[in-house]
Amino acid sequence: MSGQPVAKPGRKPGGGMAIDVKGLTKRFGKKVAVNAVDIAVPEGQVWGFLGPNGSGKTTTIRMLCGLLHADAGEGTCLGYDLRKEADAIKRETGYMTQKFSFWEDLTIRENLEFVARVYGLSGVRRLVDETLEKLGLTARQNQLAGELSGGWKQRMALAACTLHGPKLLLLDEPTAGVDPKARRDFWDEIHKLADGGITVLVSTHYMDEAERCDKIVFISSGVIVARGTVAEIVKASGLITYTVEGEGARQLADRLRGQRGIEFVSFFGALLHVSGYDRALLESALAPYRSDGKLIITETVSSLEDVFIQLQQQAGA
Amino acid sequence: MKNFAVHRIYAMLGKEFIQMRRDRTTLAMLIGIPLMQLFLFGYAINMVPRHLPSALIVTDSGPFSDSIVSALANSSYFDIGHTTYSRPAARRLLAQNRVAFVIEIPANFSHDVVRGAGPSILVEADATDPAASSYAVAALNGLATSALRDDLKGPLAARAPQAPAFNVIVHSLYNPEANTQYNVVPGLLGIILTMTMVMATSISLTRERERGTFENLLAMPTRPFEIMVGKITPNIFVGAFQAALILGVAKWIFHVPMLGSFGLLAIAATIFITALLGVGYTISTVATNQMQAMQMTFFFLMPSILLSGFAFPFRGMPFWAQWIGEALPITHFLRIVRGILLKGNGWIEIWPDIWPMVLFLFVAGTVAVTRFRQTLD
Ligand SMILES: Nc1ncnc2c1ncn2[C@@H]1O[C@H](COP(=O)(O)OP(=O)(O)O)[C@@H](O)[C@H]1O
Ligand SMILES: [Mg+2]
Repeated sequence: MSGQPVAKPGRKPGGGMAIDVKGLTKRFGKKVAVNAVDIAVPEGQVWGFLGPNGSGKTTTIRMLCGLLHADAGEGTCLGYDLRKEADAIKRETGYMTQKFSFWEDLTIRENLEFVARVYGLSGVRRLVDETLEKLGLTARQNQLAGELSGGWKQRMALAACTLHGPKLLLLDEPTAGVDPKARRDFWDEIHKLADGGITVLVSTHYMDEAERCDKIVFISSGVIVARGTVAEIVKASGLITYTVEGEGARQLADRLRGQRGIEFVSFFGALLHVSGYDRALLESALAPYRSDGKLIITETVSSLEDVFIQLQQQAGA
Repeated sequence: MKNFAVHRIYAMLGKEFIQMRRDRTTLAMLIGIPLMQLFLFGYAINMVPRHLPSALIVTDSGPFSDSIVSALANSSYFDIGHTTYSRPAARRLLAQNRVAFVIEIPANFSHDVVRGAGPSILVEADATDPAASSYAVAALNGLATSALRDDLKGPLAARAPQAPAFNVIVHSLYNPEANTQYNVVPGLLGIILTMTMVMATSISLTRERERGTFENLLAMPTRPFEIMVGKITPNIFVGAFQAALILGVAKWIFHVPMLGSFGLLAIAATIFITALLGVGYTISTVATNQMQAMQMTFFFLMPSILLSGFAFPFRGMPFWAQWIGEALPITHFLRIVRGILLKGNGWIEIWPDIWPMVLFLFVAGTVAVTRFRQTLD
């Protein structure tokens, strides 16, 4: 399993854009939930959509699949006009909602059969049989969907929204509240789909998931504040990070916080990350502790998470 | 652009029928409500009220008034004390609801009977509750006549066979148009259907919205018309079942006559039920939560009960109320049902009430489909 954001060769058929929207804006009353968002995702790529809670991820995704009218902006999904051809977009898009939205009073099989019929797929029974088999849910097909655990619900939802062979998948925090193993399996599945040519836009809060995406879009308060590959985003941020480890690192955090030149201090496991934009200021803030034999202070490459914490902090300020 | 596809309607229907079958509470309500209402109402209508307290005003001192008074006392309809009242006192008792009838045998009654002058017994009935008073009133006439049959013998026999020797004049106070039991059971059919059908569909979309499944439904290529058909159709069957249940009880338990064609009634009922489901569905496109849907349901139910001719005689209502009543499907349905059941009406007679229901159905359906928002805004 590669943790690297390397786009696999041959994943870009035709080089067309699966999503190409400009100036997408949505207001709820006075509040601007999404403000002039441009997103262009080439076919066959997996893009991560990141941002703190309430930043406008769900709202953006809903506008992309025609569930919300954009107050401003235009563009296409799968070549169809966002405003005029919502029905065509719906037919070829799979959308997995943030909250489980299949029918809990229907069984797993009934849910899948319903979806298959709505899309007018042929050989419904066989198709559902195959899907259940692939999911490993054949034995539990007559269980009510509401009785499934979180991880199984996600798997069923993914299976259901890919049943009709969509060209575009919009996944809204699909792995929230799912255990690590299920999360890993889920992402393997997403990559398999992408290898098959499907374009995926997936919102997430997990950095390891973000790093498995071809590109990342970071949205904050309805505005896109960063985009690109992980390396590009880290580079563009200009953030310099030092790590501190050893006994007493914990106490150090409080002392460093708020000092000149230090943007933020945060723990990554036992490791303390100290980040800022000015190397000289950072060095001088850390200088008094260099002599402490129990602490090891080293400069490191800023991680995606450092950058995101910084972006989030800037937006909040 | 095609507005619907058979395969999607089929998908919706499958889903809705399964969900309805699993929702035991609602299903129980849909069958329980008609049974309960029929039982309660039916019990009330089945009972012929007896021992109604009555006040006498007897100013005649002849023999015939005694015969009539004892005949009334012997019948179980009237409870008559031995006191007689003055007219104002009797009126007061009536107003205070202490008695249901005031029976006045005027001065010279006996004398006038003998003379053949055809005197009158005046009965004032509290007709606020016509069902309660009508039996007693009906009984009164016969009672009085047979009471005097024994007295009118010999030289007076000539008075008996011809025109009655006297008249019973009934003044129905407070409510001039007396509804009877046959009015009530067909009316109940309309009321129960209105209540349950609108209620059942008014939460249909609201529930999907509250559970978050609406977003999924909208993200799929389902169209408003298909969703509506899916939501409404299963309830048509429930409505048909309810109607059959009510009519069965009406026929075999309350012995309501059924003179007209059952097929015609079924057609009218189907149109009526579908129109109601259209209303319920429209509510569910507007209501943001189930509580609101219930409130709107009652907002529709109230005029249906009050202005349709079920609770009050239609012709007794002010013009504006009649106008509202005419707009409600139940008003027309009640006329159709009473017409078919009691008068044996056919297609020609009921047509004037069929088309308003069809029109209503069409308008409700159009409003529902156009009100339906295909987005989450
Ligand atoms: N239907 C709505 N009505 C009013 N405000 C909304 C609605 N949906 C979202 N919002 C607001 O818009 C903002 C963006 O929300 P959302 O797109 O759900 O964020 P995210 O998915 O990134 O957590 C939030 O402040 C949220 O409160
Ligand atoms: Mg969200």
